[in-house]
Parts: sequence; structure tokens; C-alpha cells
Amino acid sequence: MLEWNLWRALLDGLWVTVQVTVLAAGLGTILSILSGLAGLSSFRAIRWANQVYVDIFRGTSAIVQLFWIFFALPLLGVTISPLMAGFITLGLNMGSYGSEVVRGAVRAVPRGQTEAAIALNLTPLDRMRHIIFPQAAVAMLPPYGNLLIELLKASALVSLITLSDLTFEAQKLRVNGTASTPVLFSLILVMYFMLALAITGLVRLAEARLSRGLEIGRGARRSS
Amino acid sequence: MPDNPDVPTRKPSGLVAAAGDDLEGANVRFEQVTKQFGDLVVLDQLDMEVSPGEKVVIIGPSGSGKTTILRVLMTLERPEGGTVEVGGDHLYHEQKNGRLVPASDKHVRQVRRKISMVFQHFNLFPHMTALDNVAFAPRKVLGLSKDEANERATNLLEVVGLADKVGEHPSRLSGGQKQRVAIARALAMEPEVMLFDEVTSALDPELVGEVLGVLRDLAENTSMTMLLVTHEMGFAREIGDRVMMFDAGRVVEQGPPEQIFSDPQEQRTRDFLRAVLDRG
Amino acid sequence: MSYDINWEYSRELFPDLLDGLVVTLQATSFGIILAMSLGLVFAILRRSEVRAISWPTAWVIEFIRSTPLLVQLFMLFYVLPQYGLRMDAFTTGVVALGVHYATYTSEVYRSGIEGVPRGQWEASTALNLSTVTTWSRVVLPQAIPVVIPALGNYLIAMFKEVPLLATITVLDVLGEGRAACTRTGNCVEAYTMVGMLFLAISIPSSVLVRQLEARLARQP
Repeated sequence: MLEWNLWRALLDGLWVTVQVTVLAAGLGTILSILSGLAGLSSFRAIRWANQVYVDIFRGTSAIVQLFWIFFALPLLGVTISPLMAGFITLGLNMGSYGSEVVRGAVRAVPRGQTEAAIALNLTPLDRMRHIIFPQAAVAMLPPYGNLLIELLKASALVSLITLSDLTFEAQKLRVNGTASTPVLFSLILVMYFMLALAITGLVRLAEARLSRGLEIGRGARRSS
Repeated sequence: MPDNPDVPTRKPSGLVAAAGDDLEGANVRFEQVTKQFGDLVVLDQLDMEVSPGEKVVIIGPSGSGKTTILRVLMTLERPEGGTVEVGGDHLYHEQKNGRLVPASDKHVRQVRRKISMVFQHFNLFPHMTALDNVAFAPRKVLGLSKDEANERATNLLEVVGLADKVGEHPSRLSGGQKQRVAIARALAMEPEVMLFDEVTSALDPELVGEVLGVLRDLAENTSMTMLLVTHEMGFAREIGDRVMMFDAGRVVEQGPPEQIFSDPQEQRTRDFLRAVLDRG
Repeated sequence: MSYDINWEYSRELFPDLLDGLVVTLQATSFGIILAMSLGLVFAILRRSEVRAISWPTAWVIEFIRSTPLLVQLFMLFYVLPQYGLRMDAFTTGVVALGVHYATYTSEVYRSGIEGVPRGQWEASTALNLSTVTTWSRVVLPQAIPVVIPALGNYLIAMFKEVPLLATITVLDVLGEGRAACTRTGNCVEAYTMVGMLFLAISIPSSVLVRQLEARLARQP
């Protein structure tokens, strides 16, 4: 069906896709947490600045952001490799959506937990770090999993800023006419699908580990 | 009250030793404390004083504001007016140049150290074992080492009859067991004032006894100041130094349990007691 | 290296971008119509009691939903002509967008349908209503209002993904911006304005959807 060279090219592209996705996921996760907590801050300046970030990155699409960062930024003196432009943009994008996920999950933790922590005289930092956030984390996982899938899909956009990801390699092969286009694109769609299934599997695993002993999670009843 | 086999008989000083301190009580004073939620005035210029080591039981209909008294003391609600003193220190204010100004967070935390609270719905940390629930705050707030904190926690859990449950998560415990862990957790912080907000109201009837047993031990054997909001009239009669009848944001009447329960002076008290005790 | 923002140029560019924006909005509208109708079909098929229908539908939905729209777009654009189906770029783009988002709307419809109490179905059977009547007069009128906010959010998402069509030569707002950038080199202005036009539309829309959500939540 396909020669080894073609497979090699696609696998190279797959590797780049994985790299971009993982890097962006790392950045996006960190930003989601920072932004989510910033949205809960009692300081209006922090909340406001955070809202600007979220509105800009949620209000424009990843492709527009990518183009801006890759094509416009260099003109303003910032030179940046395609890989960096790719994962930073996608990370910023993911962070703006993840922000609401974190914020919602933290607010969903029962008020009694905060009150018990106050009664024990824990500092606000310890309260969040050790009591609230661990409980919120379980609720965050399903929507977080969705965000990761969206990230994987968005990673294909980096092919438009000359990064040799899976889509870029497929396009190259199409242009060279070396392989049947339908087969080629079907193949990479299947490869993306398998990556998506892997992500979903990992998230489900994390959910199971995290809710063990907590009895919090999908469908589990809470005993108070 | 039949002896609950789960709660072993212990020497009077067991609880004190386990908590690692003398558990000396502090006094509590409310002066003209007002708390409202929107238009609803829940505490109406309340004046109240509790002596060190006194065990005060607060009774009254729901919505009377009795829980709010505890919550204001625990800094879960901020009063709109008035001052609160614990052990001679103002809770919400501090002295600056001889004047009383609103307290900094640091000051509030410092005074709050003297107070602990046990909640109606336990509020145990579900992601920690019983041991960690009790040992966590002593480690983080009191600065105990991990070993010291664990030792204190183990001792306290033993004293409340849960030695075999130290490694369990709250989801594996019955309501009565959870509440006993909660009491141990509060005690571990060496409080001078301990607050109990309807701590048996959420329990199945057959589990109430084991918790009351622990409370009785605390009341009889420690010199901690205790404020209890409860519907358990028999228990109130047994351990209370003073009973306070609360309604509509104000103290209706107060006095020793024998007086309040046998010979209430106010009509509202009489009506309330009749309604509660008729439940049988 | 300093860059002087060319305000003059930004003004010149504006009409072109507006033309592009019209195309964007057109693509969005048609995409919405396709996604909303096809999504309902998907949802109903997915709930079919015939496993030979529901199972493949579920997998197809999952496959399309989990893979990049960009690749699906390229697939349709490059592959369909080989099979004799010649559509212009705009139509191809709308179809790809609509089908992709139909998989999202189908999940939204599904949750709405599943939210309708069992008793409604049983009453319809007891009253001997036909399947079509049951769906059109009993179930859907209850299912759909509940999910309107969720649908609204996806429609806004669709609007933001229309720029992908620029990669298959559709001159939407991003397409115009890109063309301007390569033509004149004033890329900062071009892309900044593209971004601002998006914000100008998506932010008010989000606010509207949130208000709609709040209003619907207030009603019993």
C-alpha cells in the first residue's frame, strides 16, 4: 500500500504532532490552573487582567492566533521558531478554555470543606493546595480530556506555519503525487483517531486513580 | 445511657494527654454584635459572655441565629457591628495606638488559633485518611513534625474509640465514626474554646450515643470552654453549666439547666421546649 | 528592529476585510443550518434500537469529532473531485464544517433528548401517537430549549473555525488578511485587524449566549 519511505515521512510527522501536543498540553495545563485561580482571586486587578487574556484567546480562533504569532510577531522584532510559535499559541489557547474548567470545578467543591479548613486555621494557600484543589481535580478531568482532544485537532494547524507535523507531511506527499490522496488522508485521520483514543484512555485512567478512596467522580455517590 | 462497646472506658486524663496540652479554657465575650444577611437581622446587638471553662448549651428554633453565633466566633461570618473577644483578645479588631481598628488577617488568624469547631455535616477531608485528617493541621499550622502529629492523631483517635480506623478514608466510616474523627481533628489543635454546631443532628439515632459519649468526656474532664448548639435536651441537662434560649437574634433567657428545663420563665422558652420535648 | 504600525494602510485594508467578513458570516450561517439539521439526524440514528444502525453511527460520530477539521477539509477538497464531485471551495468548506459540527450538535441533542422524562415517551405510547408525532410534538419541543445555550456555544465555535476555509482558497476574512499580508507585507496590521473583527463578533455573541442561559435557567 505504501512504501517504507512514505511511512517514514508520516511517522516523522506523527512525532512532531506528538511533541507539539505534549508541549502545548503542558503549557496549557499550567495556564489553565493559574488562570482559573486568578479568576477566583479577590483582587479585581488580577481578575480583570485574567479576563482580558481569556476573552482574547477564546474570542479568536487558534488559526488566527497562530498566524498572528508566526507572521506578525517577527515583524515586531520577536523571532521565534515554528515549533515554539506552535506550542505557545496552542498552549495559550488551551489555557483560556481550561480556565473555566478549573474555576467551575473549584467552585463545585462543597463549602463545608473551605469552612473546615478555616476552622483549622489553615492559610489560604494551604487550603487551596491541600484541601480544595485535590478534590476539584477529579471533577476537572473529563472536560480536561475534551480539551486535550481539541488540542490534538488544533495541532494540525501548525502545518500551516511550516511545521512538519503529520498533516504537513501528508500534504507534502500529496503534492509529490507519490501516493493516492484518499488513502493518504484516510491514513492520517486514522492515526489522529488513535492518538485521540490514547488520550481518552489516559484520562480515564487518571480519573480512576484519583477518585480511588475519594468516592468522588462520575456516577459515584457521595457519602457525607 | 448504655455503654457503647465502640467507645472504651478511659482514664479522665486520657483526652487531655492525647491532645498534648492542658486544654485550658478561655472566655468569650460578644458585645453588641450585629449580623444580617440582606434585610434579615440574624444577630441583634447581641451581648453575651462565657466564662473560661464554662459549658454553655444554646437552644432555640431554627432560624433563631444560634448557629450564626458559632459561625461568627469561628470567623465564618463577619459581623456588621460589635466586637468579639476571646481570651481577652479582640477577634475582629486590634489595638493600634490605643484605638480599636479592624484587624489584619494575621491578627485574626492568631486569635482564631484558640477556637475549634465541629460541624453538623462533619466536613472531613475525603481525600485523606482519618489519621491524616487529624494530623494535617497540627503539622501545617502548629508546626509539629510528621511523627509528632501522627502520634497525637493516633492517640486522639484511640481515645475517641477509633484506633482501628486510622487508615480508613471517611467514605468507609459511619456517620458516628466520622463525627468522632471530626472531634479528634478539632481537639488536635489545642483549642481553648470549642464549638459544636448540632453535631448529632445529621446522625442516625443509633449512632448519636457514641458521639455524645465523647462530648460527655470532654465536658466532664477538660477545662475547655464549650459552646454547643443542640437539640439533645437530655444531654444539655446533663453536661451544661448554663443553657441559653435563643430566638430572633436575641437571648430570650438563660440559666442553669435545672432552671430552664423545669421552670422556664419566658413563654417563648416554654413553647419551644414543649414543641421539642413532645416529639418523644 | 522597530516596526511602525501603518495606520493608513489599516484603513485601506478595512473594506477588503469586511468583504471577507461577509463571506465568513455566510459560511457560518450555512454551516449552522447543516450542523443543526444533520446533527439531529445523527442524534436520532444514534438512539436507534437497531444496533446495526446505532453502533456504526456512534463510531462515525466519534471518528469525525476526534480528528482535525483541517484534515477533513483537505480530504473533501482534494479527494472529492477525483470521484467526480466538483464543488466550489466555499461549498466544500461549508460541508466539511457542517458535518464536523453536526457531530457536536448531535451529542448536545442527545443529552437534551435523554433529559426528557421517560414518562413522556410512555404517555405517547399510551395515547397511540405515531413515532413522527411523538418526536415532533412531544419529545423535541421539550428537549431542544434546554440545550439551546450549549448549541449557542458551538455555533460561536463554528464561526471561529471558518477561517480554516482560507486554506482551501476561500476568501473569508482570514483569507483576505492573508492575501493582504503576502501582497503588501503589512502583516501585523492585517492579522491584528482580523483578530479584532473576530473579537468584535464573538465576544458580544458569548455575552448573549450567557444571558440566554441565565434567562432559561430562571424559568422552571
